[in-house]
Amino acid sequence: MNSFWLLIAIPLASAAILLLLGRWADRWGHWLGVLSVGVAFALGLTYFFQLRNLPASERSAEIDLFPFLQVGSLQVDFGLLFDPLSAVFVLLITGVGFLIHVYAVGYMAHDPKRRTFFAYFNLFVAAMLLLVLGNNYVMLYFGWEGVGLASYLLISFWYTRNSAATAGKKAFLMNRVGDAGLAIAIFIMFATLGTVDYAGVAEGVARLSSGVTLALGLLLLLGACGKSGQFPLQAWLPDAMEGPTPVSALIHAATMVTAGVYLIARSNPIFDANPTAQAFVVAIGAITLLMGAIIGCAKDDIKRVLAWSTVSQIGYMFLGVGLGGGAYALALIHLLAHGFFKAGLFLGAGSVMHGMRDQTDIRRFGGLWKYMKITWATFLVAWLAIIGLPPLSGYFSKEPIIAAAFDRPGWTGWLYGIAALLGAGLTAFYMTRLFVLTFHGPKRWTEEIEHPHESPPIMTVPLILLAFGSVGAGWLLSTSVPDWLNPVFAGVHEAEAAHHLSHAAVTWLSIGVTVLGVLLAWALFRNGTALTEQPAGALVRAARRNLYGDAFNETVFEKPGIYLTRALVYFDNKGIDGLVNGLAAMVGGGSSRLGRTQTGFVRSYALSMLGGALLVAVAFLVVRLG
Amino acid sequence: MTAQLAVEAISTGEAWVFWILGPLAVLAAIAMVSARNAVHSALFLVLVMLCLGVFYVVQSGPFIGLAQIIVYTGAIMMLFLFVLMLVGRDSSDSLIEVLRGQRVAAILLGIGFAGLVATAFYRGLQDAPAQGLEAANAPGNVHAIAAIVFTRYIFAFEVTSALLITAATGAMILAHIERRRDQKQTQPDRMRARFAPGNYPAPKAGPGVYATSDSVATPARLPDGRFSERSVPQILPKRQLTEAEVAPKGTASPFGRRAESGGAADSRSGAAGRTNESAGNHASAAPSVGQGGEGR
Amino acid sequence: MQPGYYIVLAAILFTIGAVGVLIRRNAIVLFMCIELMLNASNLALVTFGRITGTLDGQIMAFFVMVVAAAEVVVGLAIIMSIFRTRRSASVDDANLLRY
Repeated sequence: MNSFWLLIAIPLASAAILLLLGRWADRWGHWLGVLSVGVAFALGLTYFFQLRNLPASERSAEIDLFPFLQVGSLQVDFGLLFDPLSAVFVLLITGVGFLIHVYAVGYMAHDPKRRTFFAYFNLFVAAMLLLVLGNNYVMLYFGWEGVGLASYLLISFWYTRNSAATAGKKAFLMNRVGDAGLAIAIFIMFATLGTVDYAGVAEGVARLSSGVTLALGLLLLLGACGKSGQFPLQAWLPDAMEGPTPVSALIHAATMVTAGVYLIARSNPIFDANPTAQAFVVAIGAITLLMGAIIGCAKDDIKRVLAWSTVSQIGYMFLGVGLGGGAYALALIHLLAHGFFKAGLFLGAGSVMHGMRDQTDIRRFGGLWKYMKITWATFLVAWLAIIGLPPLSGYFSKEPIIAAAFDRPGWTGWLYGIAALLGAGLTAFYMTRLFVLTFHGPKRWTEEIEHPHESPPIMTVPLILLAFGSVGAGWLLSTSVPDWLNPVFAGVHEAEAAHHLSHAAVTWLSIGVTVLGVLLAWALFRNGTALTEQPAGALVRAARRNLYGDAFNETVFEKPGIYLTRALVYFDNKGIDGLVNGLAAMVGGGSSRLGRTQTGFVRSYALSMLGGALLVAVAFLVVRLG
Repeated sequence: MTAQLAVEAISTGEAWVFWILGPLAVLAAIAMVSARNAVHSALFLVLVMLCLGVFYVVQSGPFIGLAQIIVYTGAIMMLFLFVLMLVGRDSSDSLIEVLRGQRVAAILLGIGFAGLVATAFYRGLQDAPAQGLEAANAPGNVHAIAAIVFTRYIFAFEVTSALLITAATGAMILAHIERRRDQKQTQPDRMRARFAPGNYPAPKAGPGVYATSDSVATPARLPDGRFSERSVPQILPKRQLTEAEVAPKGTASPFGRRAESGGAADSRSGAAGRTNESAGNHASAAPSVGQGGEGR
Repeated sequence: MQPGYYIVLAAILFTIGAVGVLIRRNAIVLFMCIELMLNASNLALVTFGRITGTLDGQIMAFFVMVVAAAEVVVGLAIIMSIFRTRRSASVDDANLLRY
């Protein structure tokens, strides 16, 4: 049990080997990458079962590897914590990660930089594991930054494409805004509590004033929004689809974007101490889930639709952790289930793209179920899971969150409950639209341009395995996870439930809304859609432009930034350079003026001699007579 | 000190000399500086030096005063005049000053300097009475000077004599025109150059030869009656004297035979190179009388 | 009337000579202005000799005269040789050291 640092070390070592050996590792590098994550998964399972064998009250293992930071009174160790929460994340990361690694061997088969890709992929896995295994906030931040770096490297993997490079930059910069919030929160923690360990913070929170806990909560929320692509920092996630599909699947669906949820779950003592902070989390979650759902209805790129879907589903998770109490576990259940079916959806989309010669526009799909049977089947399963149809996993994960929302006391309970319900309906609508336009209806592609075909087994086998997960995980998780996670959330207090609607009512309502969405989408899109963009109403037009999120960022942040830069450059050129150059010009000009006194005429020199003699006489007389 | 030694009183004679010659010297100096003609400058300087010589004599320094007049004025200024004649007479300064502000600055600085030094000295010497050279000149001025020069200042004396010799040698060297051996004209070359076309083989006529007057400014006449340009130095303006000026004093009347030719002959100065009808007939040196209309 | 007046006169003559050096362009006239300055200092020397009651002033003036003579000789020879080569006696022509 004390060797669970290997979980981080093995993928990290593999990444180092692949990067250092360079081209010599090109032929077998990808297998090493797959193997390292596979070994990590096996180890993770072993440690998980070892942990399960411990009695519930002692279910955690902590190791301190070495002192990491020792400055003044701040002592931070490179410490790792393996407790129920980190255990489930380890399983998710290594398990789903292993399947996606296998898939990527096939997906990136024709790419000459495949070995580098696996190096970055392994680096990501190592950093993500460090994030979830750290026992203090600084280790979490270390992993946080590491996954940010890996995300940047992988989004702009095909960096020769302008759009990919720009998307990588955008992701990194927006993440940075969130990271600043997280860093300041850690500083405040150290300043007020003197420690940054989870244990120390948990026990010290009670002594803090509500102002400090609100500040901490809001800053941590800012960090989480940045990493998870929530409002107001959501604009980078759809652009991150420029990266290869395995990247989108692992990083921007299953794992990295869930780091924000992990952060809030881990900081539950802070949020629990301040209901205002929790209210903010809930509000952000609700806004984002609706926003993602609305925009997802208007997108025509298969990966963009799935990206906005991710944004929306993480909104559900934020809603869950914001509601507090038992909803923490519900949010984490949704996180784990979402990892399965979203990864399945992304990999399926990748399979479709691979089979349609990298075409991503769903307006050019249609009727593909005949040509890609396995992809169609797995996609079907994942689709049913995400829209939350029982008995698939989505139903077991999403519906309890909607119920928990309705249980919230006061008018906010009605508000969030209806918002979550509406979100579920919209999710059903746009996912069905996607499914129908891609696989059913008349074909809108041509043999010359697209030529659809099924993917090789190395890609379809992970799809099948993930489909199994989408089916079964939900029921499994909902029964075991809440108890499993009890030790982590032991301190949170349950708010009294308001029961605006009974659980049965919520269940029937959510199923009804889902079916309504499916039927509506099937009716509208079973005959395909136009190949070009059609004129539409104001809401659709706004949704096509990401509800003006990018436009807002541009106007409020980018343009003033550019003007500021220009003003500073101008000031630097004219002012500072002008000062320096002006000084030089002054010296030069002054010296040439001075040089003109050398006229070469004897008489002018004689004049200056007479002047000098006059001065000498004056000085002499002043000294003698004065 | 004033009580022990005798204080010389300044006689009124000396005062008169000072107040007359002093301003004269100053005026002459200013005229020297501002005269356009260089020879006039030299002459004004001679005047200044003469005044100074008188001052030296008046101040009981007869030797130095006479040395000033004989050596300084007589030798050095004459040397200046010689060189001026050789070199600098043509090049008179134009009135336009090339350097901007030079004149103004010079005059201002000059006034300032003069005022400063004069005032300083005047104030400094106001209470200093003159000792007078009665005692020093007791054995006679020249004897006293000789006694001091040849005892105390003997070394300076020897050095200055060496300086004089060096100066004379140096001047000789500077003024010598060195011709390269191959540039020297041999006698046959000189002969050939003499008789080459365009050159006049005969010696130059002196001024006034075959002319009607003996002034240096009168050009000589050639065999054909023309005036010879080469007989008069170029810096002298050429002029022809009238008959009245030419005739020996007390002989011809100004209104005698001249009346026939009217006043035509009077305004003929500077005329040279005019054609002459009776070219060969009037080559005689006798003043031509009553021959109006012929070129003089 | 005091001996100091002679000194004032000497100062005035010296200054006139100095201004002449600055103003005149003909090299020989310039030289003559320098001679004027030397003469003015001679006057001052003789007068100081009279004031102190010694003959040293006159002797110094004598030596100044000798040195002035030597200087004039050499200087005029130089001016003549310059005139021979350059055909100009103006001091403004020697301005090759201008910037």
